[in-house]
Amino acid sequence: MDLKILEALQEDATRTYMAIGKSLGVAHSTVFDRIKRMEQYGIIKKYTAIIDAEKAGTKNIVAIMTIYTDPKESEKVAEKLCNAPEVLEVYTSLSEELQIIAKVIAENQESLHMFIANSVAPLPGVLRIRTSIVTRKFKETQFSIVNDPKKLTFIKETNNKNGGNKRERRDLSKKS
Amino acid sequence: MREEIYPKSLRTLPREKAFYFFTSIGNYTGESASSLKEFMEKINHVNIKSLEFHLYRGDFEKWINEVVEDKKLAEDISKLQKANPLGDQLRNQLHMVVSKRYQQLTIGLV
Repeated sequence: MDLKILEALQEDATRTYMAIGKSLGVAHSTVFDRIKRMEQYGIIKKYTAIIDAEKAGTKNIVAIMTIYTDPKESEKVAEKLCNAPEVLEVYTSLSEELQIIAKVIAENQESLHMFIANSVAPLPGVLRIRTSIVTRKFKETQFSIVNDPKKLTFIKETNNKNGGNKRERRDLSKKS
Repeated sequence: MREEIYPKSLRTLPREKAFYFFTSIGNYTGESASSLKEFMEKINHVNIKSLEFHLYRGDFEKWINEVVEDKKLAEDISKLQKANPLGDQLRNQLHMVVSKRYQQLTIGLV
C-alpha cells in the first residue's frame, strides 16, 4: 500500500488524500496516516516542483565534473562539493582510480571555469579534473517507484512474453 | 625596507592563491604553482595546451599582477601574449621572461 501511495504522489504530489484514497480503494484517513508516517521516517523527504529550466527562461549551463582524488581525501572533497550551491549532485565511483562525479550548474563557461579553478582544484586531495559541458539533454528523470529496477525487469519480461513493447506501468504496478 | 631585501613577489602563497594549470575550461592538469619559482619550473614541463590556454585568456598576467603582485612581470607577459607565440616557442619565451625576472628579483639575496 505504501508503495502505491508513493507512486501516486510521484505522479502528482498535489493530489488530495481523498483522491489518492479513491484511486487505491482505501479511506483518505489511511492515506493520510501512511503519508505522515513516511514523512516522519524520511521516506518522503520533501515535496517540490520539477521545473523545465529552458521554458523558465534560464540560460545556465550544466557540466559533469569527474574529479580524480587521493583516496584519503575523497570524502572530504565530496563533502566540500556538497556545500557549494553550484553543485547539484555528487557521487563517488571506483574504477581504476577513485573518482568523484559531480553535476554542476553555472551562468556561463567562464563562471564554470572560475568555480572549478578557485573552489575545486585547490581542495586538498584533488589530483586532476575532467569536465564535460552538457550540450543537449535527452532524458532527465527523478528516481521513481515506477522506475524501480525490479519492476522494470518485470516489465521487460512481460513485454517479451507478450511480444510487444508497450509499457503499461500503471497496470503492471497494480498487479505487483 | 625589508621588502627590498626579500621581494614580496617571491613569497610562497597559500593553497587557495596558487596558480592551477588547466588545458581547457574545467580541465585541471593536476599541476599548480604556489610561488614564482615554482611557476617558472612548471612552465618547463606542463602540457603545452595549458600554456596556450592560460596565456591567451590573460590568466598568467592576471595572477602575476593581482596575486604575485609583480607589475613588471605582468607587463612582460602581456607583451609576450601580443606576439602570439605557440607551442615550444611559447614555452621557451615564457620561461625566458619569467626566469629573467626571477633572476632580477633574486640578485643579492643569497
